[in-house]
Amino acid sequence: MHHNPQSSAKCDQMSYRIIEKRDMVHQVHLMKVLAPDVARAAKPGQFVIIRIDEQSERIPLTIADYNVTEGSVTIIFQQMGKTTRQLATLNAQDELQDLVGPLGTPSEIEELGTVVLVGGGVGVAPAYPQAKAYKEAGNKVITIIGARSENLLILEEEMRAVSDELIVCTDDGTKGHHGFVTDVLQKLLESGEHVDRVVAIGPPIMMRAVAGVTKPFGIQTIVSLNPIMIDGTGMCGGCRVSVDGKTKFACVDGPEFDAHKVDFDLLMSRLAVYRDEEGISIKKHECTCGGGQ
Amino acid sequence: MAARQPMPLQDPEVRRSNFNEVALGYTEEQAVAEAARCLQCKDPKCVQGCPVNIDIPAFIACIAERKFDESIRTIKLTNALPAVCGRVCPQEVQCEEYCVLAKKGQPIAIGRLERFAADYESVKGIEAPQKAKPTGKHVAVVGSGPAGLTAAADLAKAGHSVTIFESLHEPGGVLTYGIPEFRLPKAIVRQEVEYIKQLGVDIKVDYVIGRIKTLDELREEFDAVFLGTGAGLPNFMGIEGENLNGVYSANEFLTRVNLMKAFRFPEYDTPIKRGKKVIVVGGGNVAMDAARCALRLGADEVSIVYRRGEDELPARREEVENAKEEGIIFRLLTNPVRILGDDKMNVKSVECIRMELGEPDASGRRKPVPVKGSEHEVEADTVIIAIGTSPNPIIFSGSEGLESTPKGTIVVDDSAMSSLPGVCAGGDVVTGAATVISAMGAGKLAAQTIHDHLSKQ
Ligand SMILES: Cc1cc2nc3c(=O)[nH]c(=O)nc-3n(C[C@H](O)[C@H](O)[C@H](O)COP(=O)(O)OP(=O)(O)OC[C@H]3O[C@@H](n4cnc5c(N)ncnc54)[C@H](O)[C@@H]3O)c2cc1C
Ligand SMILES: Cc1cc2nc3c(=O)[nH]c(=O)nc-3n(C[C@H](O)[C@H](O)[C@H](O)COP(=O)(O)OP(=O)(O)OC[C@H]3O[C@@H](n4cnc5c(N)ncnc54)[C@H](O)[C@@H]3O)c2cc1C
Ligand code: SF4
Ligand code: SF4
Ligand code: FES
Repeated sequence: MHHNPQSSAKCDQMSYRIIEKRDMVHQVHLMKVLAPDVARAAKPGQFVIIRIDEQSERIPLTIADYNVTEGSVTIIFQQMGKTTRQLATLNAQDELQDLVGPLGTPSEIEELGTVVLVGGGVGVAPAYPQAKAYKEAGNKVITIIGARSENLLILEEEMRAVSDELIVCTDDGTKGHHGFVTDVLQKLLESGEHVDRVVAIGPPIMMRAVAGVTKPFGIQTIVSLNPIMIDGTGMCGGCRVSVDGKTKFACVDGPEFDAHKVDFDLLMSRLAVYRDEEGISIKKHECTCGGGQ
Repeated sequence: MAARQPMPLQDPEVRRSNFNEVALGYTEEQAVAEAARCLQCKDPKCVQGCPVNIDIPAFIACIAERKFDESIRTIKLTNALPAVCGRVCPQEVQCEEYCVLAKKGQPIAIGRLERFAADYESVKGIEAPQKAKPTGKHVAVVGSGPAGLTAAADLAKAGHSVTIFESLHEPGGVLTYGIPEFRLPKAIVRQEVEYIKQLGVDIKVDYVIGRIKTLDELREEFDAVFLGTGAGLPNFMGIEGENLNGVYSANEFLTRVNLMKAFRFPEYDTPIKRGKKVIVVGGGNVAMDAARCALRLGADEVSIVYRRGEDELPARREEVENAKEEGIIFRLLTNPVRILGDDKMNVKSVECIRMELGEPDASGRRKPVPVKGSEHEVEADTVIIAIGTSPNPIIFSGSEGLESTPKGTIVVDDSAMSSLPGVCAGGDVVTGAATVISAMGAGKLAAQTIHDHLSKQ
């Protein structure tokens, strides 16, 4: 069970109450959390950093939606390691000790013509507010979403509602196109569809592949990078990425960058730095939690 | 005349593998004996060296007479964070340098006595501070480091309603995320923060100004604003290999260790790489702290790589001595040229070059120049860059008219007022990385300016 060890110098501080929790698909969950000031300031492309309790790591999660009247922000997360698994055990009425945001530079949403949104896995969640915003800005929005299998696909109906065209793909062919999002994108571009911008959000390997597809067509491509972060305000430099040969701090200079200039190998290698420690954390979590779920 | 009382320290062999405080503090007998050495000068030079003008002879006289309550009361008239200052002030270049006894190399241990008085009170229970009548004015303080905490304390004492906005989840600034437990226990920082809260100051953590609200919005909501946002942006050297796995900024390394308590992993979830051979680049307090943390995390060998010589090390002398005792290696007059990695992009060594001191530069220090052909490789699996920090520009985000220098520091006049009316600034965000006590001095000055400004309205 979740327990809240005595807090430290937590000042005159409210904690952040979860008002809704929904299991979307296997190991992917949606949470609405009360944070009125964050909701009021949030814009597409921004994220929050949460800390569950005193012992927790700080982890970044994209603001998937926000509601100013209700004073809530929505996060959608996938169980990866210790922190996201622990988060998945919380329910409505539970509280997060910390939630800070909105962080990062908002997406530059403008009227361009045709914009293709590519979302892979849980990356569909951060792509959703962008699709909505591009649509509202007057663009033709074509959305390509993908997952390993039909039962892992999220936000299909929500995406359909804000897209002019929605293409679904699954790696195993259980739904929509059988194959990767990049196959669909490639076909779309070859078909002669005029595209002004591609926005891709998902695992680094997918984003790198998308960049590879769009490059020969010379289409501006934007990716949202997910390096390991701590503060999210430019204070630690842990989130540094290399873009066009220059070092950038993803939490303040990004998280969105020009896909054709990103050094994805560096990103992936830095994401793997703590693999051993992550294993230790998971073991400990499973012991205190009676096994994952 | 009696000799200066030595500070009891944890044994180097023991302390190099724990995070407990190194300096144990004077006993009552030691404190009284040390206080008795003070000449109670009519024109006390020591006070000139203290940026917050503590009445040093008065508080020391109280200790000599065993009136410890009165002693701490005297200190707190001008210093809201004595337990912190007594521990981390660079006393040897401040109050103690000016002490008349310094000429003989035996200045009164003012800092240690200040610490003694503060610790005496904290064991006994902190006395509730005096407050003025509420003025009905609201002041926003951005940043909860020593500058912000001091400004908030003085403003609250003057009767203003004060809200502090802090971007991290714990208040304290560098005192919390930077300076390690073994030099400044976090319980002490919390106690000092508690005292500020007792003054009625509201502290909102998880609140990044420039993101959740802009400075312009704060100016609309509050009658005045103080900016004490520090200099938290880490500088890198721009050399090859700086993004390899195993290269940390000192800020990241220390934040993981101190704020996130990675030294207690896996009890605390935040991990840190426990390097075996660690190189720390830089020669200031930050470099010493990072090196000594790395040692305590279990490194076999930790070395400081610094481009100037021993005499130029900007760190506090006491901390350099402590580091040496613990076995930190000093590779002086040495500079890294590039960092080399293996095929998995992990650090494997640092290529360094030897330096010699040439002509004095603009700062009056002799400029280090590389010795041709002296390149050599030093094995390392962790490299920590501690070559300085700059102000974080996030505070400027979405706000207009706040004047800054090319270095990113905020421009203020000699009353700490910025280019925006009603907005004061002080501490590292104005001076660039400096000291706890100078940040506090700036916070005090700004509080006075804001108080005058609000009283006129
Ligand atoms: C700007 C940004 C937005 C993100 N948005 C979402 C989102 O909306 N939904 C979602 O499911 N995930 C999102 N992520 C990724 C999410 O933060 C990680 O999955 C999470 O931190 C993993 O923590 P863990 O303890 O569960 O797993 P761990 O076992 O610690 O790590 C699993 C993997 O996650 C990555 N990771 C670990 N710690 C961090 C960290 N502090 N910051 C970033 N990545 C880390 C590493 O690659 C690691 O291998 C986002 C990341 C960033 C940087
Ligand atoms: C490792 C280390 C060791 C040191 N050792 C010593 C020593 O021994 N002796 C000594 O005298 N000095 C030492 N210093 C220097 C000293 O700590 C600093 O000079 C001092 O803390 C500066 O105080 P400050 O209040 O200006 O800023 P900080 O202490 O940096 O505090 C600024 C605060 O503002 C917050 N903030 C920043 N931007 C925003 C924003 N936009 N919105 C909300 N909050 C924001 C930050 O999170 C931070 O908490 C050391 C520094 C470091 C890093
Ligand atoms: S605050 Fe610092 S400078 Fe002033 S008396 Fe105390 S130790 Fe000395
Ligand atoms: S200068 Fe030295 S001896 Fe004189 S009052 Fe100050 S501390 Fe005492
Ligand atoms: S997360 Fe610390 S600088 Fe970006």
